[in-house]
Amino acid sequence: MSEKKLGWRSLPIGGYLLEPGSAMKYKTGDWRAFRPVIDQKRCVNCLLCWIYCPDSAIVRLEKHVDVNYDYCKGCGICANECPVKCITMVEEGR
Amino acid sequence: MAKVMGLTGNEAIAYAVKQCNVDVVAAYPITPQTIMVEVLSEYIYNGEMDAEFICVESEHSALSACIGASLAGARVFTATASQGLALMHEMLYIASGLRCPIVMGIANRALSAPLNIHGDHSDMMGSRDCCWIQIYAENPQEAYDWTIQAFKIAEDHRVLLPVSVNIDGFILSHSMERVEVLEDEDVSRFLPPRKPLITIDPTKPVTVGALCLPDYYFEMKFQQIQAMKESCNVIFEVNSEYESISGRKYGFLESYAMDDAEAAIICLGSTAGTAKAVGRELRSKGKKVGVIKPWIYRPFPEEELIRALGDVKAVAVLDRACSFGAPFNALCSDVIATLYRHGKDLRVFNCLYGLGGRDITPADLKAIFEETLEVAKTGKIKEYVKYIGVRE
Repeated sequence: MSEKKLGWRSLPIGGYLLEPGSAMKYKTGDWRAFRPVIDQKRCVNCLLCWIYCPDSAIVRLEKHVDVNYDYCKGCGICANECPVKCITMVEEGR
Repeated sequence: MAKVMGLTGNEAIAYAVKQCNVDVVAAYPITPQTIMVEVLSEYIYNGEMDAEFICVESEHSALSACIGASLAGARVFTATASQGLALMHEMLYIASGLRCPIVMGIANRALSAPLNIHGDHSDMMGSRDCCWIQIYAENPQEAYDWTIQAFKIAEDHRVLLPVSVNIDGFILSHSMERVEVLEDEDVSRFLPPRKPLITIDPTKPVTVGALCLPDYYFEMKFQQIQAMKESCNVIFEVNSEYESISGRKYGFLESYAMDDAEAAIICLGSTAGTAKAVGRELRSKGKKVGVIKPWIYRPFPEEELIRALGDVKAVAVLDRACSFGAPFNALCSDVIATLYRHGKDLRVFNCLYGLGGRDITPADLKAIFEETLEVAKTGKIKEYVKYIGVRE
C-alpha cells in the first residue's frame, strides 16, 4: 500500500471510525493461502456454503454460487461443509 | 457565609458528585470506599439526584458500564479501592484510550496478599501509567473541591481523559471534618452539562474500539500523550475559575514554608497535614524546613516542583507504595527524574512508609526532617531508601 498515512493530529480521537461500513475498504482476500474453487457442474445450489461462510464471501447468483475473492480468506469452511464436495481448496500461486 | 457541613472524605466526594449532576453511577462496594457509593445510591433513591445507578457484579463491570455510559454522552462517576482498582486495571486503559472523561473516587488501600484493608497508595501507584489524571487530596475539603474540578478538567475537549480523586483509606475516607460546600447553583454554573465531542448514536453510527494495528496504534497513544500535556493548561484554568467561586486556591502542588527552606519533605495526601504541623513546630525553633505536597501526580508537576524547591539543599521524598526492585519508589523516581531533566543537583533520599495503613507519627516526621537537615548540612546521604518503622 503506497497511500500516505495520516498523523496523530489528523486522525480521529481515540481511534474512532467515523464512517460506518468502512471495513468494506479492507480487502482481506490477500490473507488467503488456499483458494476455494467451485465446480459449477456439480454444485446443487444448496447454499450451505453461503450460510457457513464467516466472511460473507460466497455470492448468490441466479442458479449457483460464486466466491468473492476480494474478501475470501481461504478458511476452507465452505469446502468442508459442501455436501456434494464440489469445492476444492487450491493453493494460491499454483 | 459559606455553608459548612461535617463530612467524611467518602461523604465529601459523594456530596460533590451529587452537585455535579452526574447522570450515571456504576460501582461495586469495597472497603474503604463503600460509603461513597452507598451515599450516592441513597441520594438517587431519595430523588435528590437524577441519575441512573447501575448495580454490577464486579469492578471490571463497573468501569465497563461507565465507559459505555460515557461514550453515550453521560457524565459518569464510579469509585473503588485496592483489589477493585486492580480488577479494573484492564478497563482503566480502555477508558483513557477511548477518551472517556469518567471521574473515579479512590479510597486508597493496600493490595493483598497478605489481606489488608487499610490505607496505602499501592492501588493507584500500581496503575499509575494508565493515562488517568491522578489527584491526591489531603483532607475531605480538598476531596470535595477536587471532585468538582475533576469533571471540568476531564470533560474539556482539549483533555478528554478520565480523572481519579484519591483519598487515603480510613484516614480520610472515614474521618469527619469541617467542609465548606458551594451552593448547588454555583456548581451548576461552574460545571454546565457535559458537551460530548463524539457520542455513540444509532442515527449517526461510529465504530469505537476497532482493531488498530502497528501502522496507527502509536499515533493513538501519542494523542493521549498530548492530551496529558494539554491538561496542564486546563488544570490551571479550572483552578483559577474555581478559586473565583470558592475562594480556595488550588494548583499542581501546595508549597508550605518553602521560601527560605534548606530541607524539605515531599509527600502525597494526608501525610502532608502531619508534615506541615511538624514543620511548623520545627520552624518555631528556627529550623528551615518546608513541605511540598503534589495535588496532581499525573501529569507530574515538573516546572511547579522545580519552582517550589527554590534553593533547598536536601529533600526527603515519602512514598506510601513500594516499587519492588526499583532503585527508588514511584514518587521519588519522578522527583529525581524531574531534577535531572531540569539540571538541578540536590540531595534526595527516599522514605518508604505507612504500608498497610501503618501510622506515620509526628515523631517519625520529625526524625525525617532532622535527617534531611543533616543531609543539607553535610551533603552526605546515609541511606538512599529508608524504611520507616519496619521491625528487624
